[in-house]
Amino acid sequence: MSLTAKDVEEIMKLLESSSFDRLNLEVDGMKIELERSGAPARPRAAPATPDAPAAPAAPPVKAAAVLREEGLVEINAPLLGIFYRAPKPGEPPFVDVGSRVDTETVIGIVEVMKLMNSVAAGVTGEIVDIVGANGELVEHGEVLMLVRPEA
Amino acid sequence: MAIRRILIANRGEIAVRIIRTAHRLGIETVLAVSEADRDSLGAKQATRAVCIGPGRPTDSYLRVETIVQAALGTGCDAIHPGYGFLSERAALAQLCEDEGVIFIGPTAAQIDAVGDKLKARFHAEAANVPVVPGGPVDNLAEAQALAERIGAPLLVKAVGGGGGRGMKLVENLDDLAATLDMASAEAGAAFGDARVYLERYVSQGRHVEVQLLGDGAGKVIHLGERDCSVQRRYQKLIEETPAPALPDHARAAMHEAAVRFAQSLDYRGAGTVEFLYDVAREEFYFLEMNARIQVEHPVTEMVTGIDLIEQQIRIAQGDGLTLSQDDIRIDGAAVECRINAEDPKHDFRPSPGRVSKVLWPSGEGIRVDTHIVDGASIPPFYDSMVAKIIAHGPDRDTAMARLWKALNDTRIEGIATNVDFQAELLDDPDFVAGGVDTGWLGRRLAKVEI
Repeated sequence: MSLTAKDVEEIMKLLESSSFDRLNLEVDGMKIELERSGAPARPRAAPATPDAPAAPAAPPVKAAAVLREEGLVEINAPLLGIFYRAPKPGEPPFVDVGSRVDTETVIGIVEVMKLMNSVAAGVTGEIVDIVGANGELVEHGEVLMLVRPEA
Repeated sequence: MAIRRILIANRGEIAVRIIRTAHRLGIETVLAVSEADRDSLGAKQATRAVCIGPGRPTDSYLRVETIVQAALGTGCDAIHPGYGFLSERAALAQLCEDEGVIFIGPTAAQIDAVGDKLKARFHAEAANVPVVPGGPVDNLAEAQALAERIGAPLLVKAVGGGGGRGMKLVENLDDLAATLDMASAEAGAAFGDARVYLERYVSQGRHVEVQLLGDGAGKVIHLGERDCSVQRRYQKLIEETPAPALPDHARAAMHEAAVRFAQSLDYRGAGTVEFLYDVAREEFYFLEMNARIQVEHPVTEMVTGIDLIEQQIRIAQGDGLTLSQDDIRIDGAAVECRINAEDPKHDFRPSPGRVSKVLWPSGEGIRVDTHIVDGASIPPFYDSMVAKIIAHGPDRDTAMARLWKALNDTRIEGIATNVDFQAELLDDPDFVAGGVDTGWLGRRLAKVEI
């Protein structure tokens, strides 16, 4: 059995009409995570100029339900700041999709008022997705990358 | 420059309060939240919320650099610090000044000038604002001369003491020499510092404070006073305006002294000068200036009809102070009770947890400032205040009657609160008469325990 897009839509409606904030579902190696707004959701960065409106409020249920391979591990921002993927502008990123990391591998930098904080992977495995955008504000706890851990 | 987006560096009811005025003025809000406050009412109401760190304040709400980075990263042109947390840290105001972010409050230099008690006392004396008579003494002759000027009763205090430690009462000046010797010897033994100073003893004092607004260029107006004498362990519980049973000459003199003090600093924004009012002598002494919006600001708003948060924003964005002293009219009286998540039956121990159901009062003259709704959680990391219930009326009796009914209409389930305790206090004949001193509640509680 596998989940179709229609199934996911049905599940989202179920959550919306329920009193729960969050749903984790695992079916045949597929993992679906749904979060209602207000629950810690992956935020969008507001543009850094006051001319543009602040990011709109999240929809009732995250439209982009994260269809995620089972067993992936998140690397989260250890603090709020500006996320950089490379040591300096123009230089190659610390890691990319496919890079192999161990717990100590530096995967990026979070800048807080000109103070650079390096972020370690904290897990051994392979980077499979890069979620945090270079040069954008990331919140405390925001997902930066996904890692398929080594068994 | 018109402010278009404010980062609110605070939580709880004051975050909700600031959001309300900002949105009414068409200003967007970004609320900085800790992990523990992600689902708070403020986080839902703000245009956007950003998580700045874990629940403990030292890891989130007290991080100056993180707050300013959050403002810059979300395109905010101003920061409102609320009260508590970083509101009176010159470092935040300074970093804002350095980074070109508007700090909705006084300048870093002004925060610094009033933040230190000794500096503030110096500024008060320079502005001809009365301070508690007293001063340091090096020998008996000096002490006797000073004691004659202060008058009895007076206190001998250890320079190294504080918080009630290292104090001796002199009721008769004949006892001064003996008490001074003993106090000095004890201070040397207890604090490693034998220096002492003398201070007038106020046996019956009331806490009366004056609300101010300044434009930062020398224009300062007052919005009347508040009496905050009902306190438990220096925590205010009930605040009201006007201060009841206060001679008119003292009231007017306090208003003038407060304005004079703020003028001498070219004070910018909303601030409060606190006085100790000596009931027996009908005199008052400068205690300190609070360089921020205060918890109890709503009682002033109720009787003046002026939105103090709006005034803060307007002054901060450079509109100046559009109000003049003649625009300020005091209409009736207002009283506020602080509702805390604490259990008066068990020595007021904090009662964090989840509020299963809540019913707030409404009705003529009633205002409730709160962030608590059904299902709200009260994290253990922060202040226990969950709401302020304020009542306004054409006179003090009406305001009190409305507040008493409002407290009785309040239902909060899931946590212990002081709602019933507050209703009892409002019923107490001493409080009803008006003008209790700051020791009143402590004496009342001590009696109940016996």
